[in-house]
Amino acid sequence: MTTAIIGSKPATDHPEPPPLLQLDNVGKSYGNVHALRGVTLNVRQGEVTCVLGDNGAGKSTLIGIISGLHDYTEGAMQLDGQPCRFASPRVAQSSGIATVYQNLALVPLMSVWRNFFLGNEIRKGLLRTLDIKRMKRICDEELRRMGIVIPDLDRPVASLSGGQRQCIAIARAIHFGAKVIILDEPTAALGVKQSGVVLRYILRARDAGLGVIFITHNPQHAYLVGDHFVILKLGQVALDARRAELTLARLTTEMAGGQELEELSAELRGETGQRDGSDTRTGARSEQEEG
Amino acid sequence: MTATAMEPNRLAAARDDRVATRPLPARLISRPEVGSLVGAIVIFLLFMAVAEPFRNVANVGTILYGASTIGIMAVPVALLMVGGEFDLSTGVAVTTSGLAASLFAWNFGLNVWVGVLLALALSLAIGAFNGWLLLKTGLPSFLVTLGTFFILQGVNLGVTRMLTGNVASSTISDMDGFDSAKEIFGSEVTLGPVNLKVTVLYWVILTSIAAYLLLRTQLGNWIFAVGGDADAARAVGVPVRATKIGLFMAVGFCAWLSGMHLLFQFNTVQSGEGVGKEFIFIIAAVIGGCLLTGGYGSVVGASIGALIFGMTQLGINYAGWNPDWFRAFLGLMLLLATIVNLYVKRKADLR
Ligand SMILES: Nc1ncnc2c1ncn2[C@@H]1O[C@H](COP(=O)(O)OP(=O)(O)OP(=O)(O)O)[C@@H](O)[C@H]1O
Ligand SMILES: [Mg+2]
Repeated sequence: MTTAIIGSKPATDHPEPPPLLQLDNVGKSYGNVHALRGVTLNVRQGEVTCVLGDNGAGKSTLIGIISGLHDYTEGAMQLDGQPCRFASPRVAQSSGIATVYQNLALVPLMSVWRNFFLGNEIRKGLLRTLDIKRMKRICDEELRRMGIVIPDLDRPVASLSGGQRQCIAIARAIHFGAKVIILDEPTAALGVKQSGVVLRYILRARDAGLGVIFITHNPQHAYLVGDHFVILKLGQVALDARRAELTLARLTTEMAGGQELEELSAELRGETGQRDGSDTRTGARSEQEEG
Repeated sequence: MTATAMEPNRLAAARDDRVATRPLPARLISRPEVGSLVGAIVIFLLFMAVAEPFRNVANVGTILYGASTIGIMAVPVALLMVGGEFDLSTGVAVTTSGLAASLFAWNFGLNVWVGVLLALALSLAIGAFNGWLLLKTGLPSFLVTLGTFFILQGVNLGVTRMLTGNVASSTISDMDGFDSAKEIFGSEVTLGPVNLKVTVLYWVILTSIAAYLLLRTQLGNWIFAVGGDADAARAVGVPVRATKIGLFMAVGFCAWLSGMHLLFQFNTVQSGEGVGKEFIFIIAAVIGGCLLTGGYGSVVGASIGALIFGMTQLGINYAGWNPDWFRAFLGLMLLLATIVNLYVKRKADLR
């Protein structure tokens, strides 16, 4: 691991407001798998905190803790300076935390509008009947703003494309997020246009004074919107830096493993040089060797 | 900051002209209860043609009575199936409830209403136990409720024999409160030539409430969600455990209602009764369009399924056919209904 700048935040000119959400040495084990160890993280109001890391680094586990999906086994978490431990996602939601899960958390056989308002249904009248008209209208508006139109909101979500589904999950979180919005790889299935919309949404949520946690594999996307970057590696924080301390190139290198990558590239260059000097793909080469 | 344009409104997307709004007939035919409705009409016409007494309007009451005793249970069973679970203990749970009320009141010489209320508590507790054990262990509902099915079956026989030395509960028609309880659970009204049992009223009320609940309330949304994808439902804040346990308790409540009818209609309950009924309730729900995998189905459909049962049961009788064929007929209906539902659903989704 190269220069891990944990906790080396430069003192700013004006006193910073206390973090909205604070994780202090949080850990989580699945049986004997330590998915997360000693993670310290501050999410501030009006900032985008980007969490990056390899597959299996523990990103989804981290947001699962924040969104109440699972409990943590070590450390402490504070929301607005109050210690908190969410018993369920419902509790986290009512504390103002909305999440776009990596698996989207949509129910395939349910219609678009029912999915959109699931858990937050609008009701009216004495009998607390669902206000279907209003829910459909809001759902349609929010989806249009994201640049997708689904003419029949009664269609089951299963009949939509992967990107459309992702948009529903994002629009839903944006609509209901009150304090913190968490997006777990929201641009994974999206086209260029919709990715752009999502990035704009992230900035809009930030400007509206929310704390945004943005999880991605894409350093370009992260660098476009991030104020604060955290790289997870094997369940631990490998880098925690503010935007001013980083360049895109540095972020990319850090994400790919920093020194490890340099070593790897040196190694690969040396190896290919020894073999035949050309830079054929490994698969093609092994075929040649067999033949 | 790089991105500055902050007006997603401007991105109002062009309407996607590849997807035409589905025409009304296509939307109607994609309702889950369509298959059962078609089946009910076919069976009605069939027996109208072949069974002379079927045409007699006085027999409507008898047919509806048969349908209602199944329908009262098929409705909560359908809700439970939409919620992703099913219950094999429903048939014997009805007997358990009737026996509990009767034996308790008789054994201690109490007002029968005390027994009725105790039976209600017991039935709700059995439902809650099924749900709790299921969620606690993570076992499929097939196994858990198969266990309860055998336990209740054994307890029904064992306790009845222990207390009365008999295979049926002793008659309680001379005890305090019997008459008023019979008014509630076993009375009937005559409308012209038709005799209607009170169970028909309960069936209609239950169907209306449950259908409204499922399609027009928050709880209904949650029932669809926990059956369709319990993890997703939990992740967006649906109380999955409470919803599922509540559904099992609703089944318990209706088992109590059925059990009370059984008791006050016949004054006594056979301890071996009810075995096999659970499948009839499940079949009615499946005919009504409920998916065994959960997340899809209809209460009205299940009630139409119960009506199909009522018509078939008596229709075979009225037509003078041998009632041995009833079960074979049921199995055939089940298969046909499932295939029709599958076909209709595919067709409708593509349209
Ligand atoms: N339910 C579980 N039971 C056991 N181990 C788990 C469970 N969920 C995750 N893990 C383990 O925890 C580690 C972190 O997983 P996590 O899903 O948080 O990774 P991630 O950073 O989100 O990866 P990706 O980029 O692929 O989404 C992995 O090693 C994974 O195997
Ligand atoms: Mg992940």
